Amino acid sequence: MTHAADLPDWAALLVALLLVVGAGLGLIGSLGLLRLRSFYDRMHAPTLGTTLGIGSILIGSMLFHTVLQSRLVIHELLITVFMVVTTPVTLTLLARAALYRDRREGVEGVPPPPPPPAPVEKTENPLPDVKYPDSPR
Amino acid sequence: MSATLLAWSVTLAQIFLSLAMVCATIRILRGPRAQDRVLALDTLYVNAAMLLLVFGIRTGSTVYFEAALVIALLGFVSTAGLAKFLMRGEIIE
Repeated sequence: MTHAADLPDWAALLVALLLVVGAGLGLIGSLGLLRLRSFYDRMHAPTLGTTLGIGSILIGSMLFHTVLQSRLVIHELLITVFMVVTTPVTLTLLARAALYRDRREGVEGVPPPPPPPAPVEKTENPLPDVKYPDSPR
Repeated sequence: MSATLLAWSVTLAQIFLSLAMVCATIRILRGPRAQDRVLALDTLYVNAAMLLLVFGIRTGSTVYFEAALVIALLGFVSTAGLAKFLMRGEIIE
């Protein structure tokens, strides 16, 4: 920590607070991943870390480098945008895969699959059948 | 005073994130089914990215940011690929 002595007090206090809050949220999320009962419960816990946890650590990092280098350092926004976009996609894919597997194996406590769509009734063909001549080869 | 506070909070954050990675690793080893392991691997990736960002604050360099970005990218790709594999049994159809 050779660089931190250059930091003003307010920035150091804010960065320290953001770091501890973000790391604590990551720890809470991982503890939930370890402690909760079923897979569908466990799926909710790590999102604490992937949203607010990494968000506050990224804000702290942005603030630290901006104040330290006396210029705007915001390339951490790349990770923020990326996490916000990708986390719901991956977790939705994983939840659908888990639901599919549980339904296929008949696990208890899984909601049944939706009923298949009603078959389309056969109606009279409004257009008469036309015999097309064979197309020339 | 501010340097001491920041040093202690960085150390505390590193301890928290290391414990979080240990929790995710235990879930990977213990997880009863494959989807639990994939979810724990995703959590492990995110925790590793956070730990690298904290390392970047500790050393005052922006090099660690790129490693964190690469870890976030690889985490997305691997979790999406594994979820597809669990669903279909193959990744590229």
